[in-house]
Amino acid sequence: MVRFVIRRLLLAVTTLFAISVITFLLFFAVPSSPATVMCGKQCSPEQIAQTEHRLGIDKPIVEQYGTFVKGIFVGRVIGEGDFIRECPAPCLGYSFRTDEPVTDILGRTIPVTVSIVFGAAVMWLVIGVSLGMTSALKRGTVFDRFAIGVSLVGASLQVYFFGLVLLLVFVYSTGLLPTPSYTPFTENPGKWALGLLLPWITLGFLNSALYARLSRAQMLETLSEDYVRTARAKGLTKRKVYIRHALRAAITPIITIAGLDIGASLGGTVITESIFGLQGLGRTAVKAVGDLNLPIVLATVLVAAAFIVFANIIVDMLYAVVDPRVRLG
Amino acid sequence: MSVTPAPAADEPYLRVRDLRVQFPTEDGLVRAVDGVSFSVRRGQTLGIVGESGSGKSVTSMSILGLHNAARTKISGEISIGGRDIVGMDDEKIREMRGQDMAMVFQDPLSALHPYYKVGVQIAEAYKVHHPQASKAEANKRAVEMLDRVGIPQPERRAKQYPHEFSGGMRQRAMIAMALVNDPALLIADEPTTALDVTVQAQILDLLEDLQREFNSAIIVITHDLGVVAQIADDVLVMYAGRAIETGSVEQVMRSPQHPYTWGLLASVPSLHGDAEIDLVPIKGNPPSLINLPTGCAFNPRCRYAGLNGNRSFVEVPELRPAGQDGHHVACHLSGADRRRIYLEDIAHAGVAQ
Repeated sequence: MVRFVIRRLLLAVTTLFAISVITFLLFFAVPSSPATVMCGKQCSPEQIAQTEHRLGIDKPIVEQYGTFVKGIFVGRVIGEGDFIRECPAPCLGYSFRTDEPVTDILGRTIPVTVSIVFGAAVMWLVIGVSLGMTSALKRGTVFDRFAIGVSLVGASLQVYFFGLVLLLVFVYSTGLLPTPSYTPFTENPGKWALGLLLPWITLGFLNSALYARLSRAQMLETLSEDYVRTARAKGLTKRKVYIRHALRAAITPIITIAGLDIGASLGGTVITESIFGLQGLGRTAVKAVGDLNLPIVLATVLVAAAFIVFANIIVDMLYAVVDPRVRLG
Repeated sequence: MSVTPAPAADEPYLRVRDLRVQFPTEDGLVRAVDGVSFSVRRGQTLGIVGESGSGKSVTSMSILGLHNAARTKISGEISIGGRDIVGMDDEKIREMRGQDMAMVFQDPLSALHPYYKVGVQIAEAYKVHHPQASKAEANKRAVEMLDRVGIPQPERRAKQYPHEFSGGMRQRAMIAMALVNDPALLIADEPTTALDVTVQAQILDLLEDLQREFNSAIIVITHDLGVVAQIADDVLVMYAGRAIETGSVEQVMRSPQHPYTWGLLASVPSLHGDAEIDLVPIKGNPPSLINLPTGCAFNPRCRYAGLNGNRSFVEVPELRPAGQDGHHVACHLSGADRRRIYLEDIAHAGVAQ
């Protein structure tokens, strides 16, 4: 187990390194310069050159990359003359636009996305998995048909449609819920939950549709397994057969997929954040790409990649815990 | 737990009468078992033989009451220790399952739960029928059973998972699990099919030993006549959901009466027969259980179906006495014809020696 974790962590570092290099190269492959975007069309070439110099993007790419990596591990000093910023490790640079440390921006936006994703994940796992399992046990009944119908609708809906309908109904027409907003959990848990309720329902419902179908299929497959027949042949009660024997086995692949889904969502739920006006990681990343705001683009890409890489490691470890046949080595 | 009305000493423990099991499907009614009767006494072993789809496994599943009542039509009588379980309340059958009748399945790797330790799975089977037993007692009982079925170091083995067992050991564990509640009836569905040949004989020996010890009634379901010859007292040959020949092992193996039984015997390699003679497979495939051939279900594959005019094609043969006491066959051929054909075409192939 320990060897496995060490090996996977080394692999993760390599992956993140490769991703940062690729992002850097891609950024400089874009034909327009951040300086042009920042000061607009009326800028003279001298002004642009000056801005580029101030941002530090006039240096060779390799040198810039070296500075970036050095900043992460030992910190660095940004700017020159009367524009000097101390940037302690782990330094991800300053935003080209707002002159704010990228780490601060991440610190502000990651909790928003994390809150959205975890709330939604709880919803989709609880609703989706219980709906799917129940409909597998009641296969062919009205309940099953209804559940399949609902999940088909859910799977065909899109966040930007369903989310807007919810906003229209619950906020603008009836005023039952406040406009979605983010309040830190530590400040006021009630307000935190209330402000994120709509994004949770939106993401939660749409994903639970998928999870309902997935868990129904898993459960049906497991129910036809020989060991479930054995459990029944032993004379175990239905409850024990379904929960201890069938569900236990059916849940394993769902854990895997949920882990990866959550990891990928943590990198940013762009559409959900945009629709509900929440300043999360996804929206920040998209805006940074439009602004050619290199430090933020780099940071958000790396954070998203790190979430996915670590979700993978955690899922693999969970797998070994759940299934005794899996040995990590 | 459940009070069994003591059957008279000579009463068979299991009696199946005119069992019919049908599955309504979109394509039509599947007649998986169509009027089968047999009985097994304690201490006796019945071998049920047939190809895949002959209804042998469906029969065993009905005896355990494992069919989904909503999707299966069962009629007839299945009397276990004097109680008819056809139409019995699900919960009552569940209480009997594992306690009065238990089952050993074909492939022990897929029949044991991969996520639970072997000892835990056996203890669980014990606990469900002994709710007053403590966890420690159930575990102790599991270890005892593992020891009894010949698993070395049972205490260590009980703490291992099925994938850490070899095939033969897994089947032993499966047998330990089936016998943990001393059931009077044990059904073994192809208990040796998934095992190495060398291990097969050990498992059959074990079943025989345990039968002597527990005086249980055993049904062995198999397509392997070698298994039947070794372990069974009586044989029931099934084809397309019907019994086509029944009798003692001696009768059915030494003087088989039905052309299908001949076919089964001729497709078993023999060490004693003429090595030059090829195995004779039964031509064709088992029929569809939705759309059975009219008359004798075996007629499309039977070389002798035309010997009685068109009788084999229009009339379903009933089981009739075939000479010796207790030997029955469902075939339109006359006794004399069967004797003649057997001597001329079959016996020289060296089968069933």
